[in-house]
Amino acid sequence: MTETLSGAAALIRALELEGVDVVFGVPGGAILPAYDPILDSPIRHVLARHEQGAGHMASGYAHASGQVGVMMVTSGPGATNLITPLQDAHMDSIPVVAVTGQVATTAIGNDAFQEAHTWGISMPCTKHNYLVTDVADIADVIHEAFHLASTGRPGPVLVDLPKNILNADTEWRRGGQLNLPGYRPSVKGHPKQVKAAVDLIHRSERPVLYVGGGVIRAGATDALRKFAELANVPAVTTLMARGALPDSHPLCLGMPGMHGNYTAITAMQRADLLIAIGARFDDRVTGDPRAFAPLAKVIHVDVDPAEIGKVRNPEIPIVGDAGAVLDQLLAAMHKSRGDEPAPERSEWFATLRGWQRDHPLAYDQRPDGPLLQQFVIEELHRLTGGDAIVVAGVGQHQMWASQLWGFERPNTWINSGGLGTMGYAVPAAIGAKVAMPDQTVFAIDGDGCFQMTFQELITASIERIPVKVAVMNNHSLGMVKQWQRLFYQERYSAVDLTSHTPDYVKLAEAMGCVGLRADQPDDVAPTLEKALAVDDRPVVVEFRCDPDAMVFPMVPAGGSNDIVIERPEDLR
Amino acid sequence: MNHVISVLTENKPGVLARVSSMFARRGFNIHSLAVGPTADPTVSRMTVVVDGPEMEQIIKQLYKLVHTVKVIELLPGDRIEREIMMVRVSAEPKRRPEILDAARIFGADPVDVGVATVTFELSGEPERLADFLELMRPYGIIDLVKSGRIALSKDPKTKDAARAALRSA
Repeated sequence: MTETLSGAAALIRALELEGVDVVFGVPGGAILPAYDPILDSPIRHVLARHEQGAGHMASGYAHASGQVGVMMVTSGPGATNLITPLQDAHMDSIPVVAVTGQVATTAIGNDAFQEAHTWGISMPCTKHNYLVTDVADIADVIHEAFHLASTGRPGPVLVDLPKNILNADTEWRRGGQLNLPGYRPSVKGHPKQVKAAVDLIHRSERPVLYVGGGVIRAGATDALRKFAELANVPAVTTLMARGALPDSHPLCLGMPGMHGNYTAITAMQRADLLIAIGARFDDRVTGDPRAFAPLAKVIHVDVDPAEIGKVRNPEIPIVGDAGAVLDQLLAAMHKSRGDEPAPERSEWFATLRGWQRDHPLAYDQRPDGPLLQQFVIEELHRLTGGDAIVVAGVGQHQMWASQLWGFERPNTWINSGGLGTMGYAVPAAIGAKVAMPDQTVFAIDGDGCFQMTFQELITASIERIPVKVAVMNNHSLGMVKQWQRLFYQERYSAVDLTSHTPDYVKLAEAMGCVGLRADQPDDVAPTLEKALAVDDRPVVVEFRCDPDAMVFPMVPAGGSNDIVIERPEDLR
Repeated sequence: MNHVISVLTENKPGVLARVSSMFARRGFNIHSLAVGPTADPTVSRMTVVVDGPEMEQIIKQLYKLVHTVKVIELLPGDRIEREIMMVRVSAEPKRRPEILDAARIFGADPVDVGVATVTFELSGEPERLADFLELMRPYGIIDLVKSGRIALSKDPKTKDAARAALRSA
């Protein structure tokens, strides 16, 4: 027996069949038909206040849960407002699906009301995209979109749906046909390469595991830990991989890169072998790529063949899923070594311990202030026992949070790494909280970032999504100011956000949140305790922080990682 | 140095835009690009001539496009290639015989004749087209259109080579 459905109803049913439980979106003219059947669906719709917010919510949801996040918006401005979240998800390999309304196929190309060439605009910032022109295709396209978003190297997929296609009738047929003859992501690595990698690792004296976000996306953190231990190799975890190996693990050296710690950066510079897994040799990690890890041979494991050799030619390339390849490496190492223990590499570990001792991350919080962001972050970590999902914006607060928070589990650190999207934290935290309602979700945000997307706290209040936001108010665009101070002779240009406007407490209250404030070191813990005690609505805590603090260590952009600036005096 | 790559894609709307957009955003330089159907109507072939040393990265990025089915780099000794052009040459009546003579040697067909011009069609290997253009240049080239290169791999000439090719395919 056949059942006739509208395209819109087929869309919602197809989403249900993919296991979607929540859609983040904003309705409008062209997508109107889809907003009717969603009323009768078990799918929850979270009404964002801006389409960009909906997009980052879907991304935060995907980050925290590992499931595909879904955003739904209308044509024209609705779709163009999604471009930032799509590019953000593209850069960080986050599985999301965007459903966008489009003007009727009969109007496409006529500059119709709220028409934009969404397919063309979104092409370079999605893994793949569709313009559906036949209502009978909807079920298959949605199934393909979820498959593409979540397999291989994950990423965003957009489905553009003209209004007349949503309104047309079709005989319902469950999507299941994948028609993707050119899409065959590798899973297992080549056994010969795996064997060669194991031999090289065993022979190396100063190996370093260079762990990227791909390890977290692949759900391979257990395998990573087992492998690091079996091979006795220390690991750095990049900005996208914080928590992939617990920071408390003796083999974990923390974050490398522009604002990484001295030991993590220098370990790579002195290493004779880098084992890169799910990492892409980003310029924020390598600094000047010609001067990066000059002594190291490279084993590069990635699910995306195009990442291998893009920046650095590896001695041993291995194309495959991080989890599958780590399992292969484990098996091959067990087989080749038998009962023989891992090399001790005592000299290497002694060197690393020496660097850790001599180059700690340090700051000096004086009791009488000014309040330092680093202190606030460490107090928050202490009071939560580290048991929270931390979501950051982009800038100084993001770097301090990544440096200082001891991450013990994957998917507890959510940030915009590749694109560096200011304003990411508030909406992404909302998405994470929807995915993980039983966990404390704390956004650590800057005042500049907060002012870009805080209106989504209205969404959070009304939808009862009790996220917490620490606004690190240094009344400036702190990272830009830091660069002007260090590299533009202290000529400050367009970085002052003024100290008391807006009034963040009143602003929070106006949005239905609890608003709190602290400006003295002694007040930090009691204020955070108050914030943590609230569980029925969002909380905004403003911390009035030192406007002149700078993030160190620092490798200046494009510089060699051999020169790590640990304090401002080092620059002179 | 020019490289020739043959890209087999699904024959779907927008595939050319996907390929050219990828080349543009990755900063790869396209020398010429010719698209057309293959014997299989669901598959298109693009012959792309590119400059630059980043062949491995170009091929990988092409494979990353979901609609790309196969990418083959056609190396100089292993390819047959052709290009077609039409060139309009200034040819006053008194110079016409020598121009037509030269064209005959190259096998270029006059496809249009005007009061003071002759338009030739010539297809062949790119070097031959370039030679003919050099020869015509002194008379005055009024207009020129080229199809872009098309190429196929050479077929094996021995049974052993054919078996080897089959194995590697």
